[in-house]
Amino acid sequence: MLSLKKIIIFFTIENPNIGYVTLSILLLTSSAALVGTFTFLKKKSLIGDAIAHAVLPGICFAFMLTGTKHTFFLLLGAAFTGFLSLICIDAIITHSKIKEDTAIAIVLSVFFGVGTLLLTHIQHAGNPEQTGLNNFLLGKAAALLEQDVWTFGIISFLIVITIIFFFKPLFIIAFDRSFAQSIGMSITFFDFLLTLLLVLAITVGIQAVGVVLMAAMLITPAAAARFWTYKIKKMIVLSVIFSITAGLLGTTISYLYPAMPTGPWIVLVVSCIALLSFIFAPNKGIIAKKMKRDRFKKKIIVENTLKIFYHLGEKDKNFFNKRTLDHHFTQKVSPSQLKYAIQYLQRIKCIQKNITPSSSKAIDWFLTEKGKAMAVQVVRRHRLWELYLSTYLNIPSDHVHDEAESIEHILTEDMEKKLMQLLKNPTKDPHQSQIP
Amino acid sequence: MLETFWILLTGILVSTNCCLIGVYLLLRRMAMMGDAISHAILPGIVIAFLITGSRDPITIILGAGVLGIVTPMIIHFFHRQIKLHLDASIGINFTWLFALGIVLISCFTKKIDLDQDCVLYGEIAYIPLDLWILGTINMGPKAIYVLLFTLLLNVFFVVRYYRTLYITSFDPSFGKAIGIHTTLWSNVLMCLLSLTTVTAFESVGAILVVALLVVPAATAYLLTNRLHCMMIIAIFFGIVSTFGGYYLAFYTNGSISGAMATVSGILFFGVFLTNVLKKKLFLRHKFLSKNIKKNL
Repeated sequence: MLSLKKIIIFFTIENPNIGYVTLSILLLTSSAALVGTFTFLKKKSLIGDAIAHAVLPGICFAFMLTGTKHTFFLLLGAAFTGFLSLICIDAIITHSKIKEDTAIAIVLSVFFGVGTLLLTHIQHAGNPEQTGLNNFLLGKAAALLEQDVWTFGIISFLIVITIIFFFKPLFIIAFDRSFAQSIGMSITFFDFLLTLLLVLAITVGIQAVGVVLMAAMLITPAAAARFWTYKIKKMIVLSVIFSITAGLLGTTISYLYPAMPTGPWIVLVVSCIALLSFIFAPNKGIIAKKMKRDRFKKKIIVENTLKIFYHLGEKDKNFFNKRTLDHHFTQKVSPSQLKYAIQYLQRIKCIQKNITPSSSKAIDWFLTEKGKAMAVQVVRRHRLWELYLSTYLNIPSDHVHDEAESIEHILTEDMEKKLMQLLKNPTKDPHQSQIP
Repeated sequence: MLETFWILLTGILVSTNCCLIGVYLLLRRMAMMGDAISHAILPGIVIAFLITGSRDPITIILGAGVLGIVTPMIIHFFHRQIKLHLDASIGINFTWLFALGIVLISCFTKKIDLDQDCVLYGEIAYIPLDLWILGTINMGPKAIYVLLFTLLLNVFFVVRYYRTLYITSFDPSFGKAIGIHTTLWSNVLMCLLSLTTVTAFESVGAILVVALLVVPAATAYLLTNRLHCMMIIAIFFGIVSTFGGYYLAFYTNGSISGAMATVSGILFFGVFLTNVLKKKLFLRHKFLSKNIKKNL
């Protein structure tokens, strides 16, 4: 019950300090998500990880030089080493045979190593000001103060304004670099701009999430948002919403249990959001994709069954003859699939059961008018495609069947009409069968 | 004095292990995968702790090993099935696993003899405190034996299956063509990597393992084109970083693992710089001699 009270206090912002913390979290997470979307689209996600680790020595240097924990100086130091790390990565890639991922790993670990050395050095030196410096490792949102809100507010505002102002070029470069180059955009300038924003977003973000897990705040919301939409503006809005949600929830938890660092909780929440998106998102989610695949598979089975009815009818010159499900069917469709297809076709009234069964125990089925029309459509598409392949692509007529077998389920009405026009309303396919 | 000896020996064993595996990581372009695994084994270690309630190295290695093998599988699943870019997939997965580990540690602080600092940068200086006492004889720190065992295993695989690993690292499709099970070998390497990482974990923490895995290997990569030379040079640099790191930490009164990473970084930077300068001078020399020939 105590915790419930605490939650209420947290959300009603009775304590002004909580208000500052909440506001800062909103600013930090949203600016990280904003910039992260672009780096995600540029497929440069792990650079953010390297910068995030590399800001640690900067923070320690700034502290050692100034002797205070003033946010502004620490951020200045952080931004400096963050930039330095990028320059190092670039230099290693261009001046040696070492590839990008190794260069990132080298810079990340060495900078972080220097950072730890300095941090432990400061801790052991016994300056009383240093307590709380290790909050930068895993984040401690509760430690944010009023003066921090102003610093973050200004930086986040700058980031948002810059992105809105340069939205078009950044967007074009993220999607199609060579096109941007060909229309005369200054790629170097915008790359530099994005890097600058990235460094800024990371330096402010580490207060809440910490250097170790900062990468998640750049990558995960963007990746989650990518699953819900194809539009970049919607994607940015969504990723900001996701990261703000995670930021607030994570901070709440860490507020309720003060021993907890904020960063891991924020990251866990945002990862859960991402996982749910991967599974449940419409169109691109795992479930949606599987359903789509299943639907198509079923369509193929049903159409193939109809085709068998048609072929048998063609042989007997009567499409409405009664059929038992004999070897003609089981040769092409497996029994369980056949059972499904028959049930489905009966339900949509394409075939009907023979009401007075013949002497044998097997049940008879026959096509209805509707069923015949559907079967005709499939067979027509199949034979049109065969004819198209043999006339226009000069494929020998004994090779075209398999191709047509798979494309008959994909062709649409429009394409069918186009094919009819192109082939001048043909009547015979390459095997001299009638095109219905 | 004896303490210094144990610390240095631990450092040497850790860096030798890391260099042997690191060379392959670098050649297979899996450096960031190594980074991801070193972070992701944390929840495995914590869960093994919670279940067995002991610091017994074998259970911890098992717990971490499971995660070490599962993590690349999850990353590849995200990459292939969900069609995320490999970078993004690595970034998403190691962060949530590491976050889970930290959260578990903070939830069960009382039950677990592990703290956040130890996870982040390890404490090699405490290694000599955890001694293995057989009867009344002091056999030295326990960690040494675990590390020695890992080293033996690593050396066994690297020497005995040198050619197989060589082929699968440089030309996997050729390896497949001559009938080598490439996925199996990639998994073997992942197992060795997680074993190496988890045994190094206590001494250098989750993040600085990467420094020892990648940096000496990369330094050696700049100096030679041969695999076995690369390994030997990498191990040499690893050992130099251990000694340098120990004394740097001694003088700055900082963490030994951080100092080791710093020294290995300095060594890399030195070699890198000489390489660049050499290239520049060489090019100039070539250019000059060409010009002289032209003028003649």
